[in-house]
Amino acid sequence: MQDAVTKNYFELFELPVTFDIDLNVLTQRYRELQHAVHPDKFANATDRERMLAVQQTSLINEAHTSLKDPLLRARYMLSLAGVDITNEPETVMDTEFLMQQMELREQLAEIKGSQDALTNLDNFMANVKSELKKRIQTLSELLSDLNTETQKQAYALTQQMQFLYKLQSEAEQIEETLL
Amino acid sequence: MALLQIAEPGESTAPHQHKLAIGIDLGTTNSLVATVRSGLAETLADENDEHLMPSVVQYTADSIVIGKTARDNSVNDPMNTLHSIKRLMGRGFAEIQATANHFPYEFSQTDSAVPRIKTVRGDVSAIEVSAEILKSLTTRAEQALGGELTGAVITVPAYFDDAQRQATKDAARLAGLKVLRLLNEPTAAAVAYGLDRGSEGVHVIYDLGGGTFDISILRLTRGVFEVLSTAGDSALGGDDLDQAIANWLIDEAKLDISHNEQLHRQLLDAAKAAKESLTDAQQAEIQLTLPDGEQWQATLSHEKFNELVDPIIKKSLLPCRRALRDAGIELDDIEDIVMVGGSTRVPRVRELVEGFFKQPLLVDIDPDKVVAIGASIQADVLAGNKPDDDMLLLDVLPLSLGLETMGGLVEKVIPRNTTIPVARAQDFTTFKDGQTAMSIHVLQGDRELVDDCRSLAHFELRGIPQMVAGAARIRITFQVDADGLLEVSAREETSQVESRIQVKPSYGLTDNEVEAMLRDSFDYAADDMQLRMLREQQVEADRVIEALQAALQQDGDALLSQDERQTIDSAVQSLIDARQGESVEAIKQAIEDVDKATAEYAQRRMDASINKAMSGHKLEEFE
Repeated sequence: MQDAVTKNYFELFELPVTFDIDLNVLTQRYRELQHAVHPDKFANATDRERMLAVQQTSLINEAHTSLKDPLLRARYMLSLAGVDITNEPETVMDTEFLMQQMELREQLAEIKGSQDALTNLDNFMANVKSELKKRIQTLSELLSDLNTETQKQAYALTQQMQFLYKLQSEAEQIEETLL
Repeated sequence: MALLQIAEPGESTAPHQHKLAIGIDLGTTNSLVATVRSGLAETLADENDEHLMPSVVQYTADSIVIGKTARDNSVNDPMNTLHSIKRLMGRGFAEIQATANHFPYEFSQTDSAVPRIKTVRGDVSAIEVSAEILKSLTTRAEQALGGELTGAVITVPAYFDDAQRQATKDAARLAGLKVLRLLNEPTAAAVAYGLDRGSEGVHVIYDLGGGTFDISILRLTRGVFEVLSTAGDSALGGDDLDQAIANWLIDEAKLDISHNEQLHRQLLDAAKAAKESLTDAQQAEIQLTLPDGEQWQATLSHEKFNELVDPIIKKSLLPCRRALRDAGIELDDIEDIVMVGGSTRVPRVRELVEGFFKQPLLVDIDPDKVVAIGASIQADVLAGNKPDDDMLLLDVLPLSLGLETMGGLVEKVIPRNTTIPVARAQDFTTFKDGQTAMSIHVLQGDRELVDDCRSLAHFELRGIPQMVAGAARIRITFQVDADGLLEVSAREETSQVESRIQVKPSYGLTDNEVEAMLRDSFDYAADDMQLRMLREQQVEADRVIEALQAALQQDGDALLSQDERQTIDSAVQSLIDARQGESVEAIKQAIEDVDKATAEYAQRRMDASINKAMSGHKLEEFE
């Protein structure tokens, strides 16, 4: 019997280690596990069991968060494959992406002061979303066939996605100031 | 079985017995208590058949008056009659000064982080005032139910931060009430509505109370209430509508309310009455007795009222938008919008909210009672009265938690809307060669600068072994429990130096202060205090014995060897013996021994539970 702490997140939910997981199955198993370990199920148990329940539920929540989101899932898969993802990004960004980044940033800065800023912001966010989507598709292909070369490419993609996520949250912050 | 003998006559602890548990809605303006009786959740009334108890406490020289009587006395004794005290929970002196126009009371600044209000009965903190309200509701429940309570679920605004939650829990402790859970108000409302209708899907709960605003978005699937996001404003509510009308009256009648608390209270009461009458009427007549004795009259039209309150109501729509985005859902995905809190009776609130969500609102459960009812349903489950119930509430952290880093910036450790309980760790390192201590500042909020977030606590990690700058690896772990309360621990990884603290909020009471208040509030003689502590330990011992007994019966044979079983049995027997004696220390020690003896067993039970939950899937895969 293997205990929960030593299982990887995929094993915890009895899922195959693959990028294209069935999110419905993940959610369903997440709920089943919550029923088994949530602290509210141990309201009358000993302090020791309640403490364990808090820890186990925290672990399951963490696992669920990591698998639910495509970027976090990709990073987690890379870490399982032994890629050190805790390091700050080495600047191996390809120049094309860097140019695109700068462009997007400029766009965002212009939107801030523009007329009809809200509509422009909506368009901008849709654009970032589609950029993210493209990368998720490529990630799925790369992660299904892991070797040193695909690992490297996948890692670079997760870094790009990180930038796009950041841009997205900046756009959201601007939106809040506009409302 | 021998274990059953511990129950005293008439005090059976047999598992099938119905436990008395209550849900309390500790509101800004009104508070309620509810319970589940014969399968039906209902609020409990006082002897005058009133369900709502005004959250007002009057301190006089020789007594403490609570509820409606206190509220009726407030115009005559404004400085000693405390209203809307919930807005002060977990707040510091400076923050209260910033909203001073809401509070006519005189504050005294002491060494304590918790501000005190001056009354004729001495200085009191918001926590003590809240404890009085809780005590009064508990008494009402005990009289109605005829017995001692197992515990209570107390609701808090979803948007309450750690300091405000801790303050609420401290108030319950002062009131001698065991907290089964702090439950978020919108989640409680969802429970009341969801179970009533059995409706699945995404629900929005818009909760505008007297002093707080919450918006929560939940998904209900087969008894699981999963909060997807929450947002709000813990200082926005019906009080602000009253204040806006009162300000208008001040302008219109050219009044000066400084140093005239009686007039201020009169204005607020008149404003509130006008607001309430505008629920049905097209205009409200307002009459005031001015300081010079003159009668002053005005008409507040519907249009004028809307103009006064619109900016306040609109403040609630930005959090709505943020919650939708954080939940990742569109307007079309929403099943229904549930309106909760007395302030949602204001037609203008309904109009603007309906306009925002572009769909009709659900208003059919009494918006004042729905939170207490939901809390009582959860209390009933947690007390163990419904062992086969599959209801489960998965809540989220309302505001990000972080640490101060260089330059007055906040490094987020857990972002808002993360499902709780949650644990996250972050590594830091030393800044100077030979640095042996590190100061850690814990903050809550979503802004980037320390000054824009709320300070929760400071603590120090000492005894870091001397190393060159950047060599030490200090891992700081944040653990948030199901109540939304944070515990922080820190550890230097290379030397294993550990420092653990319960986050005592920068605006909270220390353990010593709570102890002192406990002693003062009950005016216990030393003997009484001793007796109370003994009783508490005995209750705890009973709980431990009962829990273990149930567990062993369930899977003791499957998970334990004979030797292991014997060790546990003998520890339990020692606890049973200690329980019959009168030594607090001996019972405490025996509980600790049982805890140690069952540590491995508890872990195995947890693993077995997980394996059982997942076992069906393994079978499927072999088929």
